[in-house]
Amino acid sequence: MTTVMTDTPIDSKPPRRVVSQQTIAPWLFLLPAFLFFATYVLYPIVQSFYISTFEWNGLYSPQYRGVDGFTDQQCLELGNRAGREPGCELTGDTVWNAEYVGMENYRNLYTDPFFWTSLKNNVIWLVLYFLAIPAGLMISLFLNQKVVGMRLYKSLFFFPFVLSQVVVGLVFSWFMLPGADEGLLNVILGWFGAGPVNILGNADTATYGIIAAGLWPQTAYCMILYLTGLNAVDPEQIEAARLDGAKGPKMLWYVVLPQLWPATFIAIVVTVIGALRSFDLITIMTNGGPGFYNTSVLAFYMYDVALSEFGFRMGYGSAIAVILFLIMMVYIAGFLWKMWRDEKG
Amino acid sequence: MFPRPIEQASPAMRIGYQMLLPFMLLVWLIPLLAVMWFSVKSGDDFTQGNYWGWSREGLQGFANYWMVFTESDMPRYLWNSVVITVPTMLGAVALSCMTGFALGVYRFKGNLLIFFMFVAGNFVPFQILMVPVRDLTDQMGLYDTRTGLILFHIAFQTGFCTLFMRNFIRALPRELIEAARVEGVSEYRIFWYVVLPLMRPAIAALCVLIFTFVWNDFFWAVVLTQSPESQPVTAGITAFNSQFRAMYHLMSAGSIVAAIPPVAMFFLMQKHFIAGLTLGAVK
Repeated sequence: MTTVMTDTPIDSKPPRRVVSQQTIAPWLFLLPAFLFFATYVLYPIVQSFYISTFEWNGLYSPQYRGVDGFTDQQCLELGNRAGREPGCELTGDTVWNAEYVGMENYRNLYTDPFFWTSLKNNVIWLVLYFLAIPAGLMISLFLNQKVVGMRLYKSLFFFPFVLSQVVVGLVFSWFMLPGADEGLLNVILGWFGAGPVNILGNADTATYGIIAAGLWPQTAYCMILYLTGLNAVDPEQIEAARLDGAKGPKMLWYVVLPQLWPATFIAIVVTVIGALRSFDLITIMTNGGPGFYNTSVLAFYMYDVALSEFGFRMGYGSAIAVILFLIMMVYIAGFLWKMWRDEKG
Repeated sequence: MFPRPIEQASPAMRIGYQMLLPFMLLVWLIPLLAVMWFSVKSGDDFTQGNYWGWSREGLQGFANYWMVFTESDMPRYLWNSVVITVPTMLGAVALSCMTGFALGVYRFKGNLLIFFMFVAGNFVPFQILMVPVRDLTDQMGLYDTRTGLILFHIAFQTGFCTLFMRNFIRALPRELIEAARVEGVSEYRIFWYVVLPLMRPAIAALCVLIFTFVWNDFFWAVVLTQSPESQPVTAGITAFNSQFRAMYHLMSAGSIVAAIPPVAMFFLMQKHFIAGLTLGAVK
């Protein structure tokens, strides 16, 4: 039996608010993914900004304690040599041995010729990668028919996108092998009495050779976006335009393309991201060469600076990553802004 | 339909089109066909400079593929890729079913902000995460392990999956959920018994996509692993490259083997794969 407390007026306190299931449920559902995402994506972004103000070789150094007239501070300043100095002994702990340099890394980037080469190549990538969009549109128009076996044709045209960029890179580097009888490209050029060319071995052409390889899967991706878009084009509008005498390029430009805008938008987003993320193909096809960083882009240069055999420069690498991130953020912000407008409207 | 259906064209046009199709496909896939040719030639052909011609020994057939499986680390790399890809696929899809449900069904302050955070995170360049993630993985003692890669991939792929799932759930009829609530069904049971069964096509689409993305990943494989014990096939093939150098017959057989699983996945689950990629392309 429960005792009823008669001495407490019932309405003296507001009734305790019951947290409804509907209020906490979304947070419980979000929690695990959020923890993962925060640990591996959000926090590392902040950390990269922080690390970019340091000079750090990626290692931790053992910590020493001062004895015999040495202060801890002196031992700290002696750094790694401390263990061999009399008066310092190991504590068993390790500390982050980065050195704060402020904006130094960014100032160094400004005078670093390889950084500018990489940035220039990034711009070339970005511009030429857009070819994937009209090329994808052309192929999708070519394939948008109902004939026997069309499903298989469409799948096979899409095929390059399913391959790993590593495989695409290998495939194209063999395709472009320099000797007259080696790469198929030179064999074909030979039939027309041209060549041989050494695309990947020449500093002036290598970047274009790699972009050509990248355009292969990217065009396939844009093609599939447009094929889906074309499926949804309103047949009545097409018929009406036909009755008005529109056809060919005019029909495409004034009637079809406006309806394909959602597909074009997605194609632009994935193409920009693809162009700025280019890393695999460069590593596989030229490893940044020929020469020093002639085909490098920021993504590649960052990796090479931070994890190369010439020493691990994590701070400098992070500064490059921050620049790349800021460039990318412009596009991401634009994308989110459009999404936000769509949500509201 | 645009362009005008070919059935309405003249017979000559129709036949011309039918003949143009395989020709264009051939041109489109020529680099790949070249690799297939490389993969069945004998090693001597390459040392003698006979890259394209028929040789006296003829073709190797499957001998090169057999060698790849028996005399290299390839089977191990393939297995590592499987061990990395499958748990990632399950983990990312499970987490994003929950986030998609939370963001698609409930109205609460910050809903859109959290959603945008997942979307934006999915698009950032890998390099901004590289140093801290490598360091974190190292600190956890997971550098050069498959687990280290799996954990990162799950976290990162959850961004894309959340975008996908949330939009999918938004398109489901809300009345179903409202009706269940009126009946007094708990939120957890609504998720499990009402929404999840409806999400099957989305789950299938995401599984194929994540499988392909993670199988094909190269960057994180080289950043977080280095030995044949844990490297997936994309990173492995580059090690393979230095082992076999100019032995194009083995290298090309190896690359074809590495490419088969996602290709097979694509052909088996084509409808879902394309539905996943073209999300938002039709509106």
